[in-house]
Amino acid sequence: MMEATWQTLATWFGPTWPAVWVLLKIIALLIPLMLAVAYLTFAERKVIGYMQVRIGPNRVGPKGWLQPIADALKLLFKEVIFPTQANKGLYVIGPIMALTPALLAWVAIPFGENTWIANLNAGVLFVLAVTSLEVYGVIIAGWASNSKYPFLGAMRASAQMVSYEVAMGFGLISVLLVAGSLNFIDIVHSQAQGRFAEMGLGFLSWNWLPLLPLAVVYFISGVAETNRAPFDVVEGESEIVAGHMVEYSGMAFALFFLAEYANMILVSFLTSIFFFGGWLSPVGFLPDGLHWLLIKAAVFLFLFLWFRATFPRFRYDHIMRLGWKVFVPITLIWLFVVTVWLLSPLSIWR
Amino acid sequence: MEFQTVVFYLFGAIAVAAALGVILVRNPVHAALCLVLVFFSSAAIWLLLEAEFLAITLVLVYVGAVMVLFLFVVMMLDINVDRLREGFWSNLPLGLLVAAVLVVEMLLVLTGDVFRQASSPPALPTDASNTESIGRVLYTLYSYPFELAAMILLVAMVAAVSLTLRKRKDVRYLDPAEQVKVKAADRLRVISMPAEKE
Repeated sequence: MMEATWQTLATWFGPTWPAVWVLLKIIALLIPLMLAVAYLTFAERKVIGYMQVRIGPNRVGPKGWLQPIADALKLLFKEVIFPTQANKGLYVIGPIMALTPALLAWVAIPFGENTWIANLNAGVLFVLAVTSLEVYGVIIAGWASNSKYPFLGAMRASAQMVSYEVAMGFGLISVLLVAGSLNFIDIVHSQAQGRFAEMGLGFLSWNWLPLLPLAVVYFISGVAETNRAPFDVVEGESEIVAGHMVEYSGMAFALFFLAEYANMILVSFLTSIFFFGGWLSPVGFLPDGLHWLLIKAAVFLFLFLWFRATFPRFRYDHIMRLGWKVFVPITLIWLFVVTVWLLSPLSIWR
Repeated sequence: MEFQTVVFYLFGAIAVAAALGVILVRNPVHAALCLVLVFFSSAAIWLLLEAEFLAITLVLVYVGAVMVLFLFVVMMLDINVDRLREGFWSNLPLGLLVAAVLVVEMLLVLTGDVFRQASSPPALPTDASNTESIGRVLYTLYSYPFELAAMILLVAMVAAVSLTLRKRKDVRYLDPAEQVKVKAADRLRVISMPAEKE
């Protein structure tokens, strides 16, 4: 039935069919992603509400379930204000540059054995490169606003995001070493083998156990990379109001918001794929599937919200210290350990 | 025209226009952003040559890290364009000399054997890993030049750090490790005393 439908569509569009097919796949990815972003904001307000012994939003729709829709509509209909002294062109490009990499990185993410938009053989590098562009949105917005708080936010962002990228990149080197590939699907496959996987205890042969310090460093660096609490000095409400977003209103502001939440979901997916076996089932008697990836990502998203409700904001110099003096040495030492382990007869990988 | 040719000319035109922008626009921040665009379109052209590792690394290193720090500095500087122009005529001869040397060098490279091939090399199979082949060559055939380059970069990095490192004596600095080690007994003394009456 499905095959026949695709065949008819393919003959219909003729030579343009590959392009149409990719566009369809992109739409099939973007719509759930945008819905996930919308309902992640709702989940955040609910979760933090319950953690602070409040109820959270409960007025719009049944139990407050239409709250994100109402928020989106409100932001859509608000006027986008341009400050007089702002650099108009760059002021518009800022939010676009924030959202584009956040969505572009999803191209290379696999959701299952055969479910992906593009299966790149250097997929990990691609995602690293694209996520390294995220900082431009913040910097451009902060500079183009031509006002002090946004500029301070931009300066903080450029230093912080570059620093934590180093820790994330170094953490990934060991993952690439044990997988022997830059391809996401190969990295997941490499976690499906080992003594425990043969015993039906797959979750013990995932990367998180042998690479535990790196998994922790990677996820915490991911929190810092997305500028989420407790590393949200870029926004720092108590000092610089909202950082690079101070002058933005309406949909331009919403784009930053979308980018931040899309990045949170991306980091959760990447952590699940690199360290927690992606779509692999944790135990032998249950089948693998997309639902496992979604469950794992949801757990990490919950951690994001939990962190925000729990930890006070870091001071700026402590963020820098944590990134450069704690995380980078840990990743380097573990890289050494993994290399020796990999070449020794005790190697569990090959 | 082939699709690849269209893509090549598109990104080539963007790269040339952006490169002109780097030297022609007045605002230094705009110039830095133009440079980002140059890197980006060059990366796209490298992708056309099936050099995906180099292309992605160009974006990762130059666009993602180097240019961010560059922008960081340029944005902080309060550059007066008029003052910069004062030295234009006196510096012109030196500039022309450097430009001439660059042009000669590029002509020598472009007229060399590598660029004289009329057709592009045959397409590689889709599962060929560019990263792996570069790694193989880099760590066997070119391992000495590679390590030499690494050492030079390391020396430059240490030199840059030591040149700018200034230790201020009067700054109050907290050591988190020491803070964590503090025990309540070091700071606080609980004494028992009889209740006092008015």
